[in-house]
Amino acid sequence: MWKFIHKYASPKVFYDLSLKLSKWFGIACLFFLIIGLYGGLVMAPADYQQGDSFRIIYIHVPSAWMSLFIYMIMAISGGMGLIWHTKIAEIIARSSAPIGASFTFLALVTGSIWGKPMWGTYWVWDARLTSELILLFLYLGFIALQSAFEDRRVGARAGAILALVGIVNIPIIHYSVEWWSTLHQGPTVTKFDAPSIDTRMLIPLILMTLAFKTYYATVLLIRSRSEILQYECNTSWVKQLIEGKSV
Amino acid sequence: MKFGIFTWDEIMNKFMNTFFVILQRDLIIAFRNRYELVNPLMFFIMVIVLFPLAIGSDNALLTQLMAGIIWVTALLASTLSLETIFRSDFEDGSIEQLTLANYPLTLLVSAKILAHWLVTGVPLIVVALFVGYFLSLSSATLFALFITLLLGTPILSLIGSIAVALSIGLRGGMLLSLLILPLYMPVLIFSMLAVNNATVGLSIEAETYFLAGLLILAMTLSPIATAASLRIRLS
Repeated sequence: MWKFIHKYASPKVFYDLSLKLSKWFGIACLFFLIIGLYGGLVMAPADYQQGDSFRIIYIHVPSAWMSLFIYMIMAISGGMGLIWHTKIAEIIARSSAPIGASFTFLALVTGSIWGKPMWGTYWVWDARLTSELILLFLYLGFIALQSAFEDRRVGARAGAILALVGIVNIPIIHYSVEWWSTLHQGPTVTKFDAPSIDTRMLIPLILMTLAFKTYYATVLLIRSRSEILQYECNTSWVKQLIEGKSV
Repeated sequence: MKFGIFTWDEIMNKFMNTFFVILQRDLIIAFRNRYELVNPLMFFIMVIVLFPLAIGSDNALLTQLMAGIIWVTALLASTLSLETIFRSDFEDGSIEQLTLANYPLTLLVSAKILAHWLVTGVPLIVVALFVGYFLSLSSATLFALFITLLLGTPILSLIGSIAVALSIGLRGGMLLSLLILPLYMPVLIFSMLAVNNATVGLSIEAETYFLAGLLILAMTLSPIATAASLRIRLS
């Protein structure tokens, strides 16, 4: 069991494997994206109150989910890097941060584009918007801290501590902001007994979520491949690889 | 109970002694450079003066905003003074000696954080209350301001120490503020909820308890994180 994990934690094996994996994730992403977008933009009925402008949830909600999901991945793999000093965990944490920040940004932008016709303004000081904005700041702080270090490995470990501190803080921030003010509508999907969303609207949403997840996996693997090359630029296998390419 | 050749009591005594030695050392260093201690307070008062200049001298509006302005300014002042927790020790290398010492770094770091709060947080609270009184805030608001600052500023020092340990010796204070300001927001939110409640005559119990809980959480976790960050920074 441990041998198996150690094998895939070696940068070279991961580098070779990630090429194949990223292709498959990319294909799956395209598949889900096309069906999900068609289902969401064409087949799903218009909302009885919001008309067609509700359709932005097919981007907005998955990216908001991804923003938290990626932060979790980042903090957990950062913690694994801290404990076991595995390079791959550090690389995953480092490559996740910009993707997570982009999803957070996307959630904020789509939210305010939707908010203009619905609430009459691009920005309101609402609990969820504010905590999403704070999440974006946490991501940016993480990226800024990591890029301030010259030594990548020290930077990765410092970033991991910051991400773990952030993980402790995220629920506190969430509930404090919730207490402070709330205007955003309550969750409609995660109510377990009966989601208050039509099935024809729900299925494209799930497909879009899968598309975003596989997109994350694809981009993460591609980013990690270039990170691995930078981490391992002094090893013989990278030198061979580069010489083989340039000849 | 025995640990090696020492009993539990002996170990605790040694730890407490070390804690107070570090505390005393930092306090002495701070009082020898006492002009530096005044800087955050000057900054605090000057920023408070900036607000009426920007908003206008409408007294009713200013009284309404003043408690919030005082809190935000106190938060900024404490952010700016944070770097002094470790900066001089980092520059002269004594922080490396601390990490090599025969005592848990968590303990030594907690003493340093406490010393830093005593020399920057406490004067800030006093000046903030003085400013609030001078600008004729009601006594209930002043009391809420006092309680929230008393519970809040140590949280700021504790959380801030992690970020200082991570970013010490890197590119200046801008990075530090980027790292900690998002983490400060819950403290600000609860403090302001309490102050606003007090202004309209409501109870501030819930927010006070929550701030106290945050303080205890920060007290237990952040010295550990700070110690780990220092070790990483010095590796």
